[in-house]
Amino acid sequence: MNNLPIYMDYSATTPVDKRVAEKMIPFITEDFGNPASRSHPYGWTAEKAVEEARRNVAALVNADAREIVWTSGATESNNLAIKGAAEFYSKDKGKHIITSATEHKAVIDAFRELERLGYEATYLTPEPNGLINIDKFRAAIRPDTVLTSLMMVNNEIGVIQDIKAIGDECRKNNIIFHVDAAQATGKVVIDLEDLPVDLMSFSAHKTYGPKGIGALFVRRKPRIRIQAQMHGGGHERGMRSGTLATHQIVGMGEAFKIAREEMEMENQRIKTLHQKLLKGLTEIEEVYVNGDLDHRVPHNLNISFNYVEGESLIMAIKDIAVSSGSACTSASLEPSYVLRALGRSDELAHSSIRFSIGRFTKDSDVEHTIKILKEKIGKLRELSPLWEMFKDGVDLEKVEWAAH
Amino acid sequence: MAYSDKVLDHYENPRNVGSLDKNDPNVGTGMVGAPACGDVMKLQIKLGENGIIEDAKFKTYGCGSAIASSSLVTEMLKGKTLDEAESIKNSAIAEELALPPVKIHCSVLAEDAIKAAILDLKNKK
Repeated sequence: MNNLPIYMDYSATTPVDKRVAEKMIPFITEDFGNPASRSHPYGWTAEKAVEEARRNVAALVNADAREIVWTSGATESNNLAIKGAAEFYSKDKGKHIITSATEHKAVIDAFRELERLGYEATYLTPEPNGLINIDKFRAAIRPDTVLTSLMMVNNEIGVIQDIKAIGDECRKNNIIFHVDAAQATGKVVIDLEDLPVDLMSFSAHKTYGPKGIGALFVRRKPRIRIQAQMHGGGHERGMRSGTLATHQIVGMGEAFKIAREEMEMENQRIKTLHQKLLKGLTEIEEVYVNGDLDHRVPHNLNISFNYVEGESLIMAIKDIAVSSGSACTSASLEPSYVLRALGRSDELAHSSIRFSIGRFTKDSDVEHTIKILKEKIGKLRELSPLWEMFKDGVDLEKVEWAAH
Repeated sequence: MAYSDKVLDHYENPRNVGSLDKNDPNVGTGMVGAPACGDVMKLQIKLGENGIIEDAKFKTYGCGSAIASSSLVTEMLKGKTLDEAESIKNSAIAEELALPPVKIHCSVLAEDAIKAAILDLKNKK
């Protein structure tokens, strides 16, 4: 593969599966009809394809097709669910909302917006392993708590929250429960018949579908209501207006169908790759895995390399496409807010790398990644005065640094 | 972030990496920066009999620009007197490496490291 780095950033986005792309193409050119056109076959064909896709999306999460609302992606789904439900239910219940400090920005910023509108928000700090403690969640609940939003699989550290336990607590207290499952589809089994979840966000492009399409699950029994955030022609039973993007929807449907059929086998393979990567990288001295090792998807491995600075690390491993806990591409040197919330020091948060693997990751990609990391970490530590001091037995916590 | 070719060259092939004996009376050691700020530079110079800096070594924890700044400084220092070394300005380092504005602090830190190493040496005399 020419000069491109090895792709280890599946949590950022995935390539569209070729089978998905093939299925999409006719709906751009020949079957271009508007699914809302009721008076001719162009519309009928498009509508039929949209409804088939809706059934496929519903089937992956064991929901009813009528519970699926198309959106432009998980960011929109999160906004629609959080603002839409808060707006609808706050009149009766109150204006207190709960989420976690390690949520995706689309949830955090929707919460901030509600705060601006007069809501009170609680941002739970997870345990150092990234998981929300159910007792702490229980303690945060108030009589006026109207909504809780938590993600199923964390995008940075890959941990899986106990959605069932949190959902049971919400049911008991009459709280609307929204779950961001953008990073979960195709990775963990989602059974919405069983899970006490009212609203769930999905994205196509994290599961080998196209970008720009997502969905929101809105439970019918018991019936959950949301206030529309996008007004217009009344599409999607009034919950989200706008002409349906037939080809995108078809792509998401096909991607989720493939996920349903192949998930079990695929996850076995990815688990093997994950174990290999974990074993290889933890052979390096002074590395710290971020996030619980048991309650996690094998697709993600987030590791901090001590005594190495984050930005130089990213420069050193330019042959691997990964994400860093250090926002080194921007002028601000802000470490990851997710890792900070877990109590990681600034230094460890800065020197963290998120490796995320997927459907097209090969055994040799993992081997190559381990080899590069071992070599480059060794080189950077050779350059690091902190590593030298650590090796000499100096306690770096006790050193008085001349701050600048 | 786009780095200049000179930064990349020093980053890929850093000059004079290593340590000198910090107890040697002719060796001055300067350690500046802090891990929490993202850069720590250790710069060491060794003064010859003739009052000329005969050797310079560095170790740096920091971004590519910080590594390049300290690597460049070790090259600049060799063959200079202490007075000449003391007059090296961060602007010269920044200019030579074509550092972008957000990385100017790396050159400031390198200048601080030179001053700290010279001070250590003078305190020993």
